[in-house]
Amino acid sequence: MPRRDDIHRILILGSGPIVIGQAAEFDYSGAQACKVLAEEGYEVILVNSNPATIMTDPEFATATYIEPLLPGPVTKVIERERPDALLPTLGGQTALNLAKALHEDGTLERLGVELIGADYEAIRRAEDRELFRETMISAGLRVPRSATATTLADALEHIDEIGLPAIVRPAFTLGGQGGGIARSREDYGRIVAGGIAASPIGQVLIEESVLGWGEFELEVMRDRNDNVVIVCSIENVDPMGVHTGDSVTVAPQQTLSDETYQRLRDQAIAVIRAVGVETGGSNVQFAVNPESGEIVVIEMNPRVSRSSALASKATGFPIAKIAARLAVGYALEEIANDITRATPASFEPTIDYVVVKWPRFAFEKFHGVDADLTTHMKSVGEAMAIGRTFGQAFLKAMRSRELDVAADLDVSLETLLERVARAGASRFDELLEALRRGASLETLAQATSIDPWFLRELEALARSPEAAFAGVRSYRSVDTCAGEFPATTPYHYSAWERPAPDGSARHEIARGERPSVVILGSGPNRIGQGIEFDYCCVHAAMTVRASGRDAVMINCNPETVSTDYDTSDRLYFEPLTLEDVLAVVELEAPEGVIVQFGGQTPLRLAAGLERAGVRLLGTSVDSIDAAEDRGRFGELLERLGFQAPPYATARTLEEALEAADTVGYPLLVRPSYVLGGRAMEIVYARADLENYLRRSATAPDGREIFLDHFLENAIEVDVDALCDGRDVVIGGIMQHVEEAGIHSGDSACVLPPHSLGAEMLDQIREQTRGIALALHVVGLLNVQFAVISRPAGAELYVIEANPRASRTVPFVSKAVGRPLAKLACSLMLGETLASLGLPSELMSGRFVAVKEAVLPFNRFLGADTLLGPEMRSTGEVMGVAADFPTAFAKAQAAAGAALPSSGTVFVTVTDSDKAAGAGLAAQLHDLGFAIVATSGTADAIERMGVPVRKLRKVADGSPHVVDAIAGGEVDLVINTPTGSGARSDGWEIRRAAVARGIPCITTLSGGQAAARAISAARQGEPQVVSLQELHRTP
Amino acid sequence: MSFVLLEDGTRFDGEAVGAPEAVTGEVVFNTAMSGYQESVTDPSYARQLITFTYPHIGNYGVSEAAMESDRIHARAVIMRDARNHTRGAERGWLDWLRDGGIPAITGVDTRALVRHIRDAGSMRGGVFVDDTDEAAAAAAIAAEPAMSGLDLAREVTPSEPLELAATNGSRGPTIALIDTGVKSSIVSSLRARGARLQIHPCTSDADAILAGSPHAVMLVNGPGDPAALDYLVEQVRRLVGRLPMFGVCLGHQLLCRAVGLETYKLRFGHRGANHPVKDLTTGRIEITSQNHGFAVIGPGGEHTIEDDRPVRWETDFGTAELTHINLYDRTVEGLRLPEARASTVQYHPEAGPGPHDALHLFDRFIEAIGA
Repeated sequence: MPRRDDIHRILILGSGPIVIGQAAEFDYSGAQACKVLAEEGYEVILVNSNPATIMTDPEFATATYIEPLLPGPVTKVIERERPDALLPTLGGQTALNLAKALHEDGTLERLGVELIGADYEAIRRAEDRELFRETMISAGLRVPRSATATTLADALEHIDEIGLPAIVRPAFTLGGQGGGIARSREDYGRIVAGGIAASPIGQVLIEESVLGWGEFELEVMRDRNDNVVIVCSIENVDPMGVHTGDSVTVAPQQTLSDETYQRLRDQAIAVIRAVGVETGGSNVQFAVNPESGEIVVIEMNPRVSRSSALASKATGFPIAKIAARLAVGYALEEIANDITRATPASFEPTIDYVVVKWPRFAFEKFHGVDADLTTHMKSVGEAMAIGRTFGQAFLKAMRSRELDVAADLDVSLETLLERVARAGASRFDELLEALRRGASLETLAQATSIDPWFLRELEALARSPEAAFAGVRSYRSVDTCAGEFPATTPYHYSAWERPAPDGSARHEIARGERPSVVILGSGPNRIGQGIEFDYCCVHAAMTVRASGRDAVMINCNPETVSTDYDTSDRLYFEPLTLEDVLAVVELEAPEGVIVQFGGQTPLRLAAGLERAGVRLLGTSVDSIDAAEDRGRFGELLERLGFQAPPYATARTLEEALEAADTVGYPLLVRPSYVLGGRAMEIVYARADLENYLRRSATAPDGREIFLDHFLENAIEVDVDALCDGRDVVIGGIMQHVEEAGIHSGDSACVLPPHSLGAEMLDQIREQTRGIALALHVVGLLNVQFAVISRPAGAELYVIEANPRASRTVPFVSKAVGRPLAKLACSLMLGETLASLGLPSELMSGRFVAVKEAVLPFNRFLGADTLLGPEMRSTGEVMGVAADFPTAFAKAQAAAGAALPSSGTVFVTVTDSDKAAGAGLAAQLHDLGFAIVATSGTADAIERMGVPVRKLRKVADGSPHVVDAIAGGEVDLVINTPTGSGARSDGWEIRRAAVARGIPCITTLSGGQAAARAISAARQGEPQVVSLQELHRTP
Repeated sequence: MSFVLLEDGTRFDGEAVGAPEAVTGEVVFNTAMSGYQESVTDPSYARQLITFTYPHIGNYGVSEAAMESDRIHARAVIMRDARNHTRGAERGWLDWLRDGGIPAITGVDTRALVRHIRDAGSMRGGVFVDDTDEAAAAAAIAAEPAMSGLDLAREVTPSEPLELAATNGSRGPTIALIDTGVKSSIVSSLRARGARLQIHPCTSDADAILAGSPHAVMLVNGPGDPAALDYLVEQVRRLVGRLPMFGVCLGHQLLCRAVGLETYKLRFGHRGANHPVKDLTTGRIEITSQNHGFAVIGPGGEHTIEDDRPVRWETDFGTAELTHINLYDRTVEGLRLPEARASTVQYHPEAGPGPHDALHLFDRFIEAIGA
C-alpha cells in the first residue's frame, strides 16, 4: 500500500521570511517536498510570505499564495482551496505553530483538513516542555532536572532543587529566542522574566545546567511501518552552552565509542516513537557527560530543521524529500536511494569523509549587542565543507565563511584565553592563535570544555595547516555508502589524497561530452547577501540545463536549494575562493562561468577569473568596474547627461574633510566595495565626518572612501532591468516607502510606484535604458534613483547602478510574473531580448505588490532599531493586493509587525517632522486611536485640535515613556530620530518596543503608509489571491 | 614507503603505523564509522586485512570492554588517517595494534582502494613496509591461499569445552554453543538473558554435545568458507530437530547447508553497520551489523530473493522458509525451520559493533527454548 489515494490536495506551509534561526533550509526542504508531491500526482497548495524562495515559483505548486503565515489568511486559503491534508513539518517552527493554532481554533476540523506527517498530539508532545519531559521520563529516558514556570514567583520556588547555573528556555520560540544561562540569582530573575515575555504561551522551562557536556544531534526518520533509521549523527565542537545553530559542528560524530553511540541511537529511536511522529524526520539533541558517559535528552524537533538540511547535504540522503513521500503513505523501503538508485531509503548512510559546518555571524552590524554565544542563536548563516579528514573540512569551512571583518588576533595570549572561554564569534580563530602561541591543551580544555580530540586536531592545524592538504586535489563523490555501491548522482567535493602510482588524481567526475556552464553561488547567508541570490543561482542552473548544457554549481551553503544535488548536473560543494573555483574550472573546462547571480561573492572573483583566462558569461568585468568605480561611473553619467548627487573619493582623513566641503553636507559616507551598506553613514557636519572617519572608514589598506552628497527627503526608486547589449526591458520599477537614506534592503518598497507621475516613470525608464546600453550590460542591471520634489518639478538623480542580479530580482519576478533571472541567464547564453518575445512593459498594473524587510532586532536587544544606510535586515516578505494600503498591511502582518486596528499610538518626532507628524496623529485619531506623545510633539498635535496625553521623557523620571511601553500601554510607536546615540530617549523607546513586540515605525513616510494600511484593514480580513491567478493572462 | 598491494597489481601507498612487518591475506572493507576495536578482535576477520572506509580510526582509543575475543584476529588494518588518542580509554589504538603485533598502514587513499575492490571483488593482498620490493611482495601475495575452500574455524576454535554461568542471576536454559570463532557479544547476550553456556570446540561430535543435556544449540559466527566445514554440517544435521537451534552468520550458513542449501562467495561481502534487512514474516526492517564474505543460495538456485514473501520448501526437517533478505542486494539473510524450532540470521543481532535493532532475536530464542 504505497501512495495514499484518499487525499488529493495537500496544503504546505512555508517558513516565511528569513530570520535568525529559520533560514533558507526551509526553502530547500519545502521546494523538495513540493516537487515530490507533484511528481506523486497530488495538487499542492502552498502558502509562504517570502517571495525570495524557489518554492514560491508558480511551477512548484498548483496554487501559490504569497500571504502572511497567520491563522486569518491561511484559513481564507483553506476555505478557497479546500485541501484534504496539511503537511506542517516542512516550514520550520512557523509552520508547526501555525498548524497547531489552526487545529486549536477548530479550523482544520471544520474544513476537513487532516494533519499529515506529525499530528497535533505529537507536535504538542515535542513542543510543550512539560509534556515532552513527561513523555521522555515515561519512555525511560533521562532529561535534565527541570521545572516549568509561568510566573517569576513560580520560578523562584524551583531554584534550589535545580541549582545554578540553570538554563532558561521559553516555550515555542525559534532557536531558543529569549532564553539564557543564569549563573546568579540576579541573572535568574531577569532571564526568567524575559523568557516568559518572549514565549507565545508565557511559559519557560528552567533546567539543570549541562554546560560543558558534549552536544550531539541525531537525525531520525520513521515510516508508517514503524521502521526507524538514523540518517546522520552530528557532534557540536562547541560543548553544551552554545546554541547548536551557533556551534561549529561535525558529521559524523567523532568522539564517542561505538558502545556509547549505539546507546544514543537507541534513545533517539525511543524518542521519536514516544513523541509519536508517525512519519518523517525529527532531530533529537543529546548531552553526553564526557566523564561518565551519562546521556540526557535535551530536545527534539518533530519536523525537518536546519540540522536536517545539514544532514541531507552531509550524507546525500534527502530528508525532506523522503519525509514528504512518507507523509503520503510510502514506507522507507518503497523509496529508492536517490544516489545509488539501486538500494532503498530504508538504510543508514555511512560516510567516508568529514563534514564541518561553521556559523556565519554579523555582529559588526549591531553595535552594542552582547556578542557572546549562548543558548540563544545569533548567527545569520552558515558554511559547510567536506574533506577527507577533519583538518581538510575544518579549514575549508573556515575559509568558506568569507568574513568581512577578520578576527582581531593582535592581542595578548591572556586576552585570547579569556575570549575563548567566553565563546564569541571568533573563538576558533582565537583558539588556533592561542595554540600557535603555545597554549597548552589542558589550559584550553579547561577554558572551553571542548573535547580533547578536537583540541588535538586544532593543535595539529595550528602547527602546520598545510599538512592537511598534502597530496593532490582529487574530486570525490558524496554517495551515502562510503563507496560500497556505485553512485549515479554527481555530488562532489575536493579531497587531498596521495596520487595514484601514475601520478593521477583519481577524480570521480563523469564529465560527459556536453558543454558546461559553471555558476558561482553566494556562499554563506549574511546580512546583505541572502536567499535572493541563491534564488537567482538556482534559476541560472535551470536555464543552463534547459539550454542543453550541463549546469555546474559551486557553493558552500548547506541551507540552500542551489546545493541540492537535484538542482544542477554537477554540484561541487566547495569554498568560493579563486583557488577552489579555478580548480573546478580546470577540470570542467566550461563554456563559461556565471558570476552575476551570487551577489558580491562571485563578483569579487571576477577579475581573478578573467586574469586566469576564464570566460565570464554576460556583462564584462570591465563593465562591472565601470559601474563600481565612482570616477568611471560619474564620467559615464555625465556623458549621458544624467544627474547624480555630487560626490568625491578620498583615501585619507584630510582628503576627506577637504572633499566634503566641495561636495556639501549632508554626506553619505562609506568605504568602497561594500555590501549591504556596511559601515555606511549619513553625516550632517564636519565633526560627524571626523568622528566617522576615526571610527571606521579609514581602512588600514588605504582603500577609498566614498563621499556622496545626501539628498534629503528624496523618494528612492529601484529598477531591475534586462539588457542584451542592444535592447533593454524594464523588469520592474519599485518606489521605496521610506525616504532615501534608509538602505534599500531595509526599506519597504512598492511595485508599481504609488506616487510617481507618468512623466517621471518615463524618465526613469529612459535613464535605465541609457545606463544599461552604455555599460554594455548583458543580463541584469539594477539602478537606484532618487526623486526630489523641487518647486520647478520633480528631479531625477542616479544614485548607483549594479550590473548584476539585485536583491529585488525574486520580488520583481513574483510581482510581474516573469522570471527575470532566467531571462537574464538566457541572454548571457546568447539569446536576444527580441527572441525571448517579451512585452515592452512587464508590470501589468492590475495589482500592487509591497516588499517589506524583516529585521532581527528581537535577537539583538542591545541594538538600535533605527533604520539607516547600513543594511541590517535578514529577510523579506511580500504583500499583494488590489491597492497599496491593503498590500502594505499584508506585508506588515507577514513581517511579524501586524499593525493594530485600535488602541494607543505613541508619537515622538524630530522637530523638522513636527508638522507632518501632527497630521499623522490626527489621521490616527480619526481612525479611533488614542494618542500619547512627549511634550514637543504633543504641543504640535494639540495645535491640530487632537486630544493627546503627554508622557514624560526618560530624563524626567518615572513613570516615563519607556515605562508606558514596557507596561503594555502602547500598541504602536512612531518615532523619528532625534539622535541615534545609545541611551538617548529614542534608543530606549525603540528598544522597549522591540522587547514588547510592538511595531515601531521610524520614518514619517512609513507612518503615513501605516495609517493608510490600518484604515484599509478595518474593512475586514483582506482577500487572498494565488500567484497563478494574478498572472493568468486576462 | 609502505604500501598495500593487491593480487591484481594495484598499489596504494601509505605510512606504516602498526607492527613493522609485512603481512598478506584477503583485503576486505568495512563501512562502519565506529567500532574498529570490536571489528579487529572479531575472529571472523581471521586472515583478512581490514580496510576501514571511515577516515579517522582510533579516535576514542581501545578498552577491555570492547574486546570481541581475547586478541586481534584481523591480520592488518588499512586506514586513511589513523589516530592514537587515549582519553577515557585504556590504551591508544596504534600502540595497542603494535603491541598485538598487527601491521597497520595509514595515509592510504582508502576510498580508491574500496572502489577498486567493489568493482573487482575482494582479493588477496598485503601490507608491506619499508620499501619492500614490489615483486617480492607480489610473490608473497601469490603464496597466500585464496579464501574459498579454507576451513578457518579450526584455527580459532577453543581446544577444550568450557562452561559459563548466566550473568543475570536467573536460572535459564542451558545452551550448547559450537564455537567456530564466537564473538564475546554473542556469549554475553545469551548469558545476560539467563542462559548457561556449554561452549564446544567446532570439531565436537553431536553426541558429545548432547551428553551435556543442553536445552538448545547455538551456532555462531566464524571465519573462512562455510563450504569447507562438511564435518560440522554433518554434526549440525544430527542436532537439528532434536533441540531448538539458533544460528548467526557462519552458523546461519551451516544450518542452511544442513538443510541442503549451498553457499557462494560474495563479490566483496557485507561488512558494516548499516545494512537493512527485512524480516519477511513480519515486514519489519532492521539496520544490522554485518560481516560475511559468503552467502546462501536459495533452494531454487537463486542468489537473490526478488519477492517479499518467504521462500518455502520441504526438507528432511520439515518445512523450511527463507525469512530474511538484505534490502541492499536481496541476498538471503535468514532461515526458519518451524517444526525443528530452528532459526538463523546471516547478520549480527549481538551488534558489537553496530545497531541494536535485532537484539530481540536472542529474547525470541530464549523464549522458544522455554516453550
